Amino acid sequence: MIQAAPISKGLNVEAIRKEFPILERLVKGKPLIYLDNAATSQKPQSVIDALTEYYSGYNANIHRGIHTLAEEATAAFERSRDTARDFIGANVREEIIFTRGTTEGINLVAYTWGRQNIHAGDEIIISGLEHHSNIVPWQILCEEKKAVLKVIPINDKGELVLEKFDELLSSKTKLVAVAHVSNALGTINPVKYIIDAAHNVGAKVLIDGAQSSVHLDIDVQDLDCDFFAFSSHKVYGPTGVGVLYGKKSILELMPPFQGGGEMIKEVTFEKTIYNELPYKYEAGTPNIGDTVAFKAALDFVNRIGKENIKRHEDELLEYATSELLQIPDLKIIGTSAEKASVISFVIDRIHPQDLGILLDNNGIAVRTGHHCAQPLMDTFCIPGTVRASFAVYNTIHEIDELVAGLRKAIKMLA
Amino acid sequence: MSENKSIQEIEADIIDEFSLFDSWDEKYEYIIDMGKKLPELDEKYKLDENKVKGCQSTVWLVAEMENGKIIFKADSDAVIVKGLISMLIRVLSNHTPDEIIEAKLEFIQKIGMTSHLAQTRSNGLLSMVKQMKNFALAYKLKQSLINN
Repeated sequence: MIQAAPISKGLNVEAIRKEFPILERLVKGKPLIYLDNAATSQKPQSVIDALTEYYSGYNANIHRGIHTLAEEATAAFERSRDTARDFIGANVREEIIFTRGTTEGINLVAYTWGRQNIHAGDEIIISGLEHHSNIVPWQILCEEKKAVLKVIPINDKGELVLEKFDELLSSKTKLVAVAHVSNALGTINPVKYIIDAAHNVGAKVLIDGAQSSVHLDIDVQDLDCDFFAFSSHKVYGPTGVGVLYGKKSILELMPPFQGGGEMIKEVTFEKTIYNELPYKYEAGTPNIGDTVAFKAALDFVNRIGKENIKRHEDELLEYATSELLQIPDLKIIGTSAEKASVISFVIDRIHPQDLGILLDNNGIAVRTGHHCAQPLMDTFCIPGTVRASFAVYNTIHEIDELVAGLRKAIKMLA
Repeated sequence: MSENKSIQEIEADIIDEFSLFDSWDEKYEYIIDMGKKLPELDEKYKLDENKVKGCQSTVWLVAEMENGKIIFKADSDAVIVKGLISMLIRVLSNHTPDEIIEAKLEFIQKIGMTSHLAQTRSNGLLSMVKQMKNFALAYKLKQSLINN
């Protein structure tokens, strides 16, 4: 049966692919098909160039030096902050704190705001589809403070059960911390509803934006979340950089996270006066080079346009879903009505790892395992899934290759 | 039969067998076939304490001493891993603790397994080897305690 593959409308994907040098390489003798974008995205040439230009042109420590290189490096670093502010629609640049990534952002909130504001008997609500990074920091905090961690259950489609969430909310709720998009299933959570409902009982809300920031248009002011954390490396930027957004009014009242250089205004042995926002939370020499190059990644996304990216990824998701479902005994885990371009599946009697190894042998990179969301896997009574996640540079042809690779693997394993 | 062969001789057999294959598809088919042929481990052994740590799939490994030689039995819920462990059992099982401890297991590298398996998975393979050698060390220690 010959069926014409639908051609993606609007985006010139071939031209976009040319911006990503890694997509030229072979894996196991075959052209790389990279479908592990929810783990980390590949980097366009502009990001790689920005890194090289920084180190070969104006590497210097920032905020202190009086010399030309320090001025240039500081200016570039701070331009990244402005671009990041713009990217998520924050009100002022002081609300953008650079971190090592989403995980550090969440931990920063747990260790500062959390230690100051969570007391014995208080409740923190998370959801059943969180990444370990949005579970463990709250477990540690709850244990230390004798607070209680509550979990919003999910239904068999992988959607949050909002009625249960409403029941969990009370005057004891001090914080709700949920993922915007599930890394394992792709579910887009109704965070606006969650934020409004949490605010009604006086709770603060942290949104884990690790998976959403690359797919969805983010406007933290419209969402009205109190904290929003995301990572550069999932948005086509370098590893080791992330952003924690916090409302200025909240950040100002929080104690510092780490002590050291950069975060101080005045130090005597008797007392230290902390620096102003956002530097109060950026102790030590930051990851300057990667942060500078992060701007190039955000510029890339802005140039293509989030709307165009989403349209393309939605097409890929829809096509992949219908093609995968034609494989006998394949079951998609996570069938929420609202999904980002992440597709997790299992095949009867075949271990995800076997599929992952055989797909890799065909140059196809997918993720297999529990996706750092073991409680979620337990809910579905599975040890893990195969996860294919799509980015702006993926094509319909690559999905055809994935399906062909799977059919071949199933035949070998049968 | 492998009973009479030394570890090195069995390793050489495996290297010979793999040299017949032209592609990794064929090598994987062979590994999968070995995985399927490995006798299933009795449910009574499928305990948490018998699990090998460091593997993405679940691997159970048990060892018994018979006539001065160690007999390994293992199972996994993933068939390629089962094939890999089946090869390790073929090489190491039915040898003395000293022979197992001293085994260099160069066949793993020579059949291209270390370079072909992603680091995370070859770590799983190394975890299995380590666990088998640990069993050999433990039996050796036990023997020397009895003898003294």
